[in-house]
Amino acid sequence: MNINATLLGQMITFGLFIWFTMKFVWPLLIDAMAERESKIADGLAAAERGHHEKELAEERAKQLLHETKDKARDIIAQSQKRADEIVDAAKDEARHEGDRLKTAARAEIDQEITQAKEELRKEVVSIALVGAEQVLLREVDAAAHEEVLSKLVEQF
Amino acid sequence: MSAEGPANASEYIVHHLTNLTVGEGFWTFNLDTLFISITLGSIALALFRIAAKNATAGVPGKLQNFVELMVVFVDTQVKDSFHGRSALIAPLGLTIFIWVFLMNFMDLLPVDLLPVVAGWMGVPYLRVVPTTDLNLTFAMSITVFLLMIFYSIKIKGAVGFAKELLFHPFGKWLLPVNLILKLVEELAKPISLALRLFGNLYAGELIFILIALLPWWLQFSLGLPWAIFHILIITLQAFIFMMLTIVYLSMAHEDH
Repeated sequence: MNINATLLGQMITFGLFIWFTMKFVWPLLIDAMAERESKIADGLAAAERGHHEKELAEERAKQLLHETKDKARDIIAQSQKRADEIVDAAKDEARHEGDRLKTAARAEIDQEITQAKEELRKEVVSIALVGAEQVLLREVDAAAHEEVLSKLVEQF
Repeated sequence: MSAEGPANASEYIVHHLTNLTVGEGFWTFNLDTLFISITLGSIALALFRIAAKNATAGVPGKLQNFVELMVVFVDTQVKDSFHGRSALIAPLGLTIFIWVFLMNFMDLLPVDLLPVVAGWMGVPYLRVVPTTDLNLTFAMSITVFLLMIFYSIKIKGAVGFAKELLFHPFGKWLLPVNLILKLVEELAKPISLALRLFGNLYAGELIFILIALLPWWLQFSLGLPWAIFHILIITLQAFIFMMLTIVYLSMAHEDH
């Protein structure tokens, strides 16, 4: 329990240990830790920035999408309108064409009817003439009756 | 029981508490204290040096992680109680904590383990726990005390330090009283520092030795709780020594 020279030895040892820690251990570790701290802080800041940028980009994308949707809706509406117009125009044209065709056909039919009537009349005249010739034969003066019959034909 | 087989209980105890010495009178060296404390300190510092040398700012390895944990622990304590700038206090605190903790930790080894091994190698005495040696605890506390005086003079100047000794707390008319009070106050610091650590560890070791005197089948019933309790004690004592050193040194830095 007595104090002796060990005290001095231990003091020297202790002093050397303190000096060693102070010179060769502590600064290196503290520096490394400070450096890591700043690295982590930088990383966190970068992450924060990235996050912010992502939010902005998302916002922009949303806006863009919105605009595009609007545009698309406009385009669809326009094309719908245009299609309606085209269909209407086509319908009109078709109706006109139909009308025109109908009129032409009717005209043609009328013409043909007229022609047929003409031919029929002529035929009736000749049949009547033949019949009259057969009935009346010699005693009829062909020239005199020709005139009467022509008048009759005129009445048809 | 030790290899030589001591004659009785008190001889066994005394054997365990006797240092291995060389020299005579004041010039006696407690070889066991010196050897064990230097070995432990060197191992710890070597480990710390390896960690510090390989320290990277990147992802730390296991050793670096552990060492950094200690560094941060000490650094936090220092920052909490010392508000100046000093390259010394934090490393000093770290050295104290690690070293004292390791020396205290020898207390948790079975009391007979190292003495018996030493006995086989022809070493008659071995006191395993260096912190149960007053020489060691006083060496540390006196070193701290010298640092306190050194920093007091460095920060306040010799005159300032003298003024603090002479004129506080009662002003210049009670100068002798001031001086005596101040001397007692200052001297109490290293003495209490050294005796606290010594007393705790000496008592702890003594109880371990007493437990070792019990029959072998009974030893665990007392040894286990005491050892578990002692894990707390050795850490706490290392922490207190470090903490008080930091506080004393920051007081030395303060200007009145």
